[in-house]
Amino acid sequence: MGEKWNKGLLGWIDARFPLSKMWYEHLAEYYAPRNFNFWYYFGSLALLVLVIQILTGIWLTMNYKPDAALAFNSVEYIMRDVNWGWLIRYMHSTGASMFFIVVYLHMFRGLIYGSFKKPRELIWIFGMIIYVCLMAEAFMGYLLPWGQMSYWGAQVIISLFGAIPGIGDALALWIRGDFVIADATLNRFFAFHVIAVPIVLLALVVLHILALHEVGSNNPDGVEIKKNKDANGIPLDGIPFHPYYTVKDIVGVVVFLIIFSIIVFFMPEMGGWFLERDNFIPADPLKTPEHIVPLWYFTPFYAILRAVPDKFLGVVAMGGAIFALFLLPWLDRSPVKSIRYRGMSYKVAVGVFVISFIALGYLGTQPATTIMTNFARLFSLLYFGFFVSLLIIPKFEKTKPVPDRVTS
Amino acid sequence: MKKILAIVLLALAPACAFAAGGQGVHLDHANIDPTNRQSLQRGARLFVNYCLSCHSASLMRYEHMGKDLGIDEKLVSENLIFTGGKVGDLMTVATAPADAKIWFGTVPPDLTVIARARGVDWLYTYLRSFYRDDSRHIGTNNLVFPDVGMPNVLWELQGIQEPVITTVKEDDGTEVKVVELELAEPGKLTPVEFDRAVRDLVNFLDYLGEPAKHERRALGTKVILFLLLFLVLAYLLKRDYWKDVH
Repeated sequence: MGEKWNKGLLGWIDARFPLSKMWYEHLAEYYAPRNFNFWYYFGSLALLVLVIQILTGIWLTMNYKPDAALAFNSVEYIMRDVNWGWLIRYMHSTGASMFFIVVYLHMFRGLIYGSFKKPRELIWIFGMIIYVCLMAEAFMGYLLPWGQMSYWGAQVIISLFGAIPGIGDALALWIRGDFVIADATLNRFFAFHVIAVPIVLLALVVLHILALHEVGSNNPDGVEIKKNKDANGIPLDGIPFHPYYTVKDIVGVVVFLIIFSIIVFFMPEMGGWFLERDNFIPADPLKTPEHIVPLWYFTPFYAILRAVPDKFLGVVAMGGAIFALFLLPWLDRSPVKSIRYRGMSYKVAVGVFVISFIALGYLGTQPATTIMTNFARLFSLLYFGFFVSLLIIPKFEKTKPVPDRVTS
Repeated sequence: MKKILAIVLLALAPACAFAAGGQGVHLDHANIDPTNRQSLQRGARLFVNYCLSCHSASLMRYEHMGKDLGIDEKLVSENLIFTGGKVGDLMTVATAPADAKIWFGTVPPDLTVIARARGVDWLYTYLRSFYRDDSRHIGTNNLVFPDVGMPNVLWELQGIQEPVITTVKEDDGTEVKVVELELAEPGKLTPVEFDRAVRDLVNFLDYLGEPAKHERRALGTKVILFLLLFLVLAYLLKRDYWKDVH
């Protein structure tokens, strides 16, 4: 490994740092299954969006003012008086929503191909922690423009901590640093948004990828390619990640960037879904907006929260909805990984789960009328029902035989 | 005579709870043209004459506006700045907030991004929906924004509208109160001219909300064309590398 390059500058570095070794281990001699399909673009795309967010974030920080009296105006200053400020800001605001779209699709891929199952439980757990960090990052970032939705969204979500019996009010007060969302809250959210959470996120991404490269990638057939190796110990169904998947991912990246550009340049508000109208009104602690809607990527959980009549139990249900995903590797014990070889009952369960999640996402954006709340209750039950069904389905499910080698 | 129609669905119809905007007021389509520079310039003139004395646009600079709208600096400082400021200044307002609070009951909001918060259709309808209401101390009210603190500053141009209330029976038997506004005293402009003037003003407010919009779209087209070209190359590269895989 790397012997042909052991001279010159690279040789000098390799004697001191495993540069070539890392290159081979993680790219040129990392063997990935050759049958990756459409769903396998979203891992590299998530990494791309992370880089976009960090770079645009750094440049936004150069002109943004984390001060309750200046924040709103400083964002408009970036939009008007900073060269290319509007572009950087729209890339960041669009990137936030696109991050969740990419991550939701990435998680869905893991779900349908059983990528969370043994031996990939830790990849899934790291991924779930990344997802939770991402929600914290997005939530705190959304306070920074200091518009009405920033303010009241944060007010509602932090008040949820107040529902915890005993310590609730003291906890909410401690998080805000004031009796309402105020300058102190803005300042600490800024600190978390630009330093603390990104550091944790980056570390988790490294762990996620290291764990993946330790066990190897799953694939649409759910077949372990390491079971069939040639004389040199290379998986028969594996191809080197570089150059095969690097050139393939470039195609995915360009398609993604086209969609990303259409939004950034032609519809940055995305009809109010990416940038809410009320957020163009400066935060006013004395005026509550007609109805407070969190951004779309939180609305499935927000709908579950509102579906439960008791506030504390609602918070528990909301937390449970996320926590249940962590347990996936231990709930679904079917030995068959990929949905391709699983029974109809499992396919129906996944279908119902996806519909419930999208329906809850829609309901979370709507005013909580009686009809809407009843629908939210129904879909919340179906959402949790999916996890329960995973315990039962493998007991009677008729699975198809899994091939030894990957197909196509 | 051009009538402004505004249908107020009363609580008789429960469906109104689901109406967009929640207020159940029909909004006229503003139909603005952001590429029409003359319309934007006329709108700017109306804005500094009728709005900027009470409302600020304090996140925007005169200079920036002049550059985007094709008005040279000299014209801007002679015709559009009434506060004695410089062209590089922000479009602030001389009225002290405390005074405004006494006069209008509330501080008039800054208008820099109002078009992004309210939408152009709302603004277009709102500005044309004032009517005489002697029960209020300012003498006017508004169909789109009931009991608003702002008087009809454009009355001189528009004239004075009076409400005409009729009750209409819908097909399903529910009774709906329809409020129509009728021009009781004509203003300096004909109704058609006035609608055009408001359209210009709203067009300007839309520009004010996002001055980069024009530039954004122009750049976007170039970026996407480049990416499409790059996509072809990326695909060919991928196909070439993958020849030996399948």
